[in-house]
Amino acid sequence: MLKRLGPSAVTAGETTSAALFPSGLEFNAPVHGTWNIVHIGMLVPEAHQIYVCALNCMRGVVLTAAEMGAQDRFSCVVLKEEDITKGTVEQVTLEGIRDVLRKLEAAEKLPPCVIVFPVCTHLFLGVPLGRVYRKLEEEFPQIDFVRALMDPISKRRLIPDKRLRKVMYDPLLPCEPDDALVALLGSEFAPDPDSDLRTLLAAGGRRLTSIHDCETYGQFKDLARAGTIVSVFPNGEYGARKTAERLGRPHLYLPATFSYDEIEAQEMLLCEELGLPLPDFVAERAACDEALEALRTVVGEAPIAVDAVAHPRPLGLAHLLLAHDLNVREIYLDGVNGEEEAELDWLRAHAPHVELSSTILPDLRVASRTRTEKTLAVGPKAAWFCGTGHFVNMVYGGGLWGFAGVRSLARLMAEAWEQEKDTRDLVPRKGLGCVSCI
Amino acid sequence: MRRTNRIVPTYTGDVSGACSALFELGGMVVIHDPSGCNSTYNTHDETRWYDHDSLIFITGLTERDAILGNDDKLVHDVVEAAHELSPRFVALCNSPIPFISGTDFRAICKLVERQCDVPCFYVRTNAMHDYVTGADNAFVALAERFVVPCERRKSTLNILGATPLDLGIAGSDASLRDFAHRAGFEVTSCWAMGSSLDELVHAAEAEVNLVVSATGLGVARLLRERFGTPYVVGMPVGLPDDGLAEGTWAYELAEALREAVATGECRWPCRDGRGVTQPAGEACQLVGEPVAMGSLACAMGRELGVEGRVVCPLEAASELLAPHDTRVEGEEGVEETLVAARLVVADALYAPVVPSKARLVALPHQAFSGRNGWKTAHDLARLDVRELLA
Repeated sequence: MLKRLGPSAVTAGETTSAALFPSGLEFNAPVHGTWNIVHIGMLVPEAHQIYVCALNCMRGVVLTAAEMGAQDRFSCVVLKEEDITKGTVEQVTLEGIRDVLRKLEAAEKLPPCVIVFPVCTHLFLGVPLGRVYRKLEEEFPQIDFVRALMDPISKRRLIPDKRLRKVMYDPLLPCEPDDALVALLGSEFAPDPDSDLRTLLAAGGRRLTSIHDCETYGQFKDLARAGTIVSVFPNGEYGARKTAERLGRPHLYLPATFSYDEIEAQEMLLCEELGLPLPDFVAERAACDEALEALRTVVGEAPIAVDAVAHPRPLGLAHLLLAHDLNVREIYLDGVNGEEEAELDWLRAHAPHVELSSTILPDLRVASRTRTEKTLAVGPKAAWFCGTGHFVNMVYGGGLWGFAGVRSLARLMAEAWEQEKDTRDLVPRKGLGCVSCI
Repeated sequence: MRRTNRIVPTYTGDVSGACSALFELGGMVVIHDPSGCNSTYNTHDETRWYDHDSLIFITGLTERDAILGNDDKLVHDVVEAAHELSPRFVALCNSPIPFISGTDFRAICKLVERQCDVPCFYVRTNAMHDYVTGADNAFVALAERFVVPCERRKSTLNILGATPLDLGIAGSDASLRDFAHRAGFEVTSCWAMGSSLDELVHAAEAEVNLVVSATGLGVARLLRERFGTPYVVGMPVGLPDDGLAEGTWAYELAEALREAVATGECRWPCRDGRGVTQPAGEACQLVGEPVAMGSLACAMGRELGVEGRVVCPLEAASELLAPHDTRVEGEEGVEETLVAARLVVADALYAPVVPSKARLVALPHQAFSGRNGWKTAHDLARLDVRELLA
């Protein structure tokens, strides 16, 4: 039963475009499993992050590092009102970063890489950041300065997350390729151990590597040796493509998906490009159908809700589940990813009753978060909005990929149905998969 | 350099302070910000977010609207949400980019109020001050707008400056009410935990105000100016299980409240009550919010004969500090001040700047370490000082 249909929710059948909801004030649910730019930056081994911003803006990033127990890899420079009025933002930025580095040097902890995060204020005041970096590079030639940016106000440039997933790989330098090595760039998670990506590459004598395998900065820089670069996450595609162009490597964008046809096309492309043996697609599809049938046996007609935090293809996921007679009722998302417009068309035609709900519009703050029936959720936001402890706690696809990814998800959903989780404890934790000291 | 923090966190900012102050009052707080402010606030600073549906939103300001000054959208979105959610009031908060572009929030408040018939006021913030300033400004703005003259009621008090940012999650707000009752006072209102807006509106009924953190000082002064209500500054640290034993800090604070009522004069016992047992040296230092730390120093003096000096890294009013206390800026300021310390009472995340020869007694402060301190949270009012320092 639908709980409400107002400005913050529509049925698939009522949608007329990919812009689902009106813009307005925004609410933030207490669900924080997604990674922010601090979590992503921490993936670069031995790198030190320095943020330059106002006190209130600093709070979220400085405590992200603290909650990860990684304060020793994070420093900050606080901008004050007087810097705006006296025009000293450039000076404070330069001197602040320099001061942090001198202190690290004195403690014999000078890092090989520093990721610098200026903010919207620098852009609005036209601070010449290039000059700041030039001076820092002259003074600290042994450090790679990564030019990140925390400017959430900008809706026309790259969002900070996408930009970071590009600039964090800027220290990789062109070198001779090792064709046996394939690098996955731009993802929070290493692919699942039994992901098709690993299996297919291994079958063809290739090895998949990623930032997750690197314990030292040197190993990280060695990612440049990979003969081929692959990306699977939409926000990581730009950075992986640009890095591949700069290093002179082929790049394959193979976004994680739930469409059997799309998976097959991606795997054929991968095998063709790298000369890998093709898998038995008929058997793979059958195994997925079997896994989904097993899931249906477990959950029956139970209502299911999915969200866009769990996976960047929530509509595709709903399509897969509905096509296997699973009862998807709600999808939590705030817009339709450009890669999913065809999936919205499918839902409109085949499942017009499915409710699409925003996660940020103001009325959601006071909307009911209980359901009359036991609900299975895929994703922490769906779990919170539906008030269920039966959920798959996953963000950004969780490293699932290919046909094996479909089967893993079916297994995770069955487990979630049978074992209730502590939603109150789990979903407010930041950066699912990162160290959490709280 | 005072602006850099190499390893310790920064305190929470003014916008979060304002939101925390207004959280329970049935209003709608709107932060004119692109993104992040609300998430930061509700993740790290707002202990009540998961369980209480307070109306706190951001506007989702875009670069284009900031540059071209599309205030109509701001007004429209606020009015629309107010129509839908029927808040008791609307409070607008600023952030760095509208601050740079000089957005006229007072004019916007008038437009909003005219269009939705809900009281609307601006809380002076710009994300560049700490939470003390933000919460203090919010309480003052609220009092200016809502508190009405009314007849005094005997043996009543208001608790001012109570937010989880200073009181944490371990029940200090309930202990403060308990203290007030033991001291012989009925609580008219608590600014602002556990009281409704209607209770705050009648704050002028109280005979005296108890300021329990630096965030309550501004509103205490305003109520003094408008209604002549005296105030007493101090936190009843070390409250026993029952009663108020003579010779304890809590007893002294209760006495100060009664004296303030009798004389009509304000009292600053957490500042003036030190130096009684032992002149403070540098050996024992307490880092943090000055009312809490000053009160803890008083309790330590009474219980253990050791007072210490308060190290204040916040924008709290100078009057809250005793002559031997010190105000510092940034991590470097704290580190330099602690050089001679042998005993440091501070949040655990200060550990990297506590000298190796000093002992750190960790006391979590929500406005500093956020959720990192939840596992070891203390009810400051019921803190057993002997146990803490054992």
